[in-house]
Amino acid sequence: MTTATQTSARARRRAALGSVSLARRRARTPADAALVLIGACFVLPLLWLALASLDAGAGHQTRLPGEVSLDNFAAIMTPGLLFQPLWNSLLLSAGTAAVNLVAAVLAAYPLSRYQSRFNRPFMYTILFGTCLPITAIMVPVYGLFVQLHLLDSMPGTIFFMATTTLPMAIWMTKNFMDAVPVSLEEAAWVDGASGMAALRTIVLPLMRQGLGVVFIFVFIQAWGNFFVPFVLLLSEAGQPAAVSIFSFFGQHGAVAYGQLAAFSILFSVPVLVLYVIVAKGAGSSFALSGAVKG
Amino acid sequence: MAVPRTTRWVRLLPVLPAVVLLLVFLAGPVLWAFHASLTNAALTGRNARSPGWVGLDNYARLLTDPVLPLSLALTVLFVGGSAILGQNMLGLLIAVLMRRARRSVSAVVGTAVVAAWVLPEIVAAFAAYAYFSRDGTLNQLLGGLGLGQPDWLYSFPMVAIMLANVWRGTAFSMLVYRAALDDVPGEVTEAALMDGASGWQRLAFITLPMIRGSIATNLMLITLQTLAVFTLIWVMTAGGPSNASTTLPVLAYQEAFKFGDIGYGTAVASVLILIGMVFGAAYIRLLREAKP
Repeated sequence: MTTATQTSARARRRAALGSVSLARRRARTPADAALVLIGACFVLPLLWLALASLDAGAGHQTRLPGEVSLDNFAAIMTPGLLFQPLWNSLLLSAGTAAVNLVAAVLAAYPLSRYQSRFNRPFMYTILFGTCLPITAIMVPVYGLFVQLHLLDSMPGTIFFMATTTLPMAIWMTKNFMDAVPVSLEEAAWVDGASGMAALRTIVLPLMRQGLGVVFIFVFIQAWGNFFVPFVLLLSEAGQPAAVSIFSFFGQHGAVAYGQLAAFSILFSVPVLVLYVIVAKGAGSSFALSGAVKG
Repeated sequence: MAVPRTTRWVRLLPVLPAVVLLLVFLAGPVLWAFHASLTNAALTGRNARSPGWVGLDNYARLLTDPVLPLSLALTVLFVGGSAILGQNMLGLLIAVLMRRARRSVSAVVGTAVVAAWVLPEIVAAFAAYAYFSRDGTLNQLLGGLGLGQPDWLYSFPMVAIMLANVWRGTAFSMLVYRAALDDVPGEVTEAALMDGASGWQRLAFITLPMIRGSIATNLMLITLQTLAVFTLIWVMTAGGPSNASTTLPVLAYQEAFKFGDIGYGTAVASVLILIGMVFGAAYIRLLREAKP
């Protein structure tokens, strides 16, 4: 190819690219408009939540409150309505995340460090476990809990909830652990440290951030879980907020929509905060690191 | 370099707690489900203490139960309509639009979409319930436009819960497709552009084939997630009116806990577990092929 045709090819390419950015710019306004419309549809249901919480006379309707009041928040700020259920949620979610993290770290270490022909089948079997619809398992789990006398037991519920998120946690933990080079442990091994000692002193400190992501990920899931505690925890005093929120809805006669909205907001805030922390630290695709990337 | 010289089974010992948990609380219940579905176990009464073996009676009853075909059809409609069509297409559309729109717009809209997904499921369900209720936001909007205002949760319960599930779950597909589209090399689409391909042609013949792995994975995962949805439906319609929105998880719950028939409830649950297993196996195959 001569220099002349090369230059003209380059010029053509540049012209084409110029029209790309021009086309992009022209397409930008319709794209903006379409996105704003979609975004509005997504915000609308949430708008009710925010407005109703500040409206003492709230109903189903989305409306600006006649006068903004914090009455709804004041009304639910009692130990029985708010603090006990939130405390139960905290126990349940933190317990679930802790059990999960310990089991996942222990399981991930040999899977990440030692080559074995069991590793791949094991990881795929575990992944298969994530595919089971948990709602389908609730009836048999109830039966199992009756047999084991675990019904209405917080630890029993914690162990079950930890197990449902364990497969995902093992995948995520192993991925984070694989990123810590083995060479760092070899010196410790030479000095006669056991695998577990190397894990504790070298690997875990280096994957702190990853462990945080797994912990928060499991915590968020447990915090929002309604069905499992709904079936397995019976006494009112032990129920987490995800279940006790149901009592605003019917049991006390008329539905207190304003209080329901206020409670929903206070109940959601911790999860939203944790999500922002993780999304900032690990990129918005954090939740997918276990699932999609395999 | 020398790895500590321990025998192989000692090395694998740390896996044990996880394996025990998974066997007791996941594999155990699945096996127990298949077993209990062959008995007449009940929530209360004599059959609760000593359930009798009834063989395939529960499954025979399933086949003649008029609610089951309805429930199966509603589940297929729910998954097909709200996950495969709704969440998947809308998620892809949002992801494509986000690449063209102004950065600030796509950031704000992305946050709104993700917010519905991050909220606890029960809160999302209450918000959706208020939105679709008789004097709720949707009817306010329709009224403002001078259109009819049906009682969505009563007259069109499936439409309401499907739209609610699209609202709640689209963020997942959106995130998957955003990541996938970012991985498509720019030169390829540029080359197509120089060959004179239009925007739609580029999407249909270049971009979509290049991200087909992500599409398949996404479809599989949202199918499994939507198959298991319970809370949203339970809060919005509780399966009603008269079973008009009773998907399989709701049916299993009702049979076992409302009518106290654990045996029959687990038979329904077993069907659901089997469906989940089929999709799970397909998903694993897909991943293995993608990553040899």
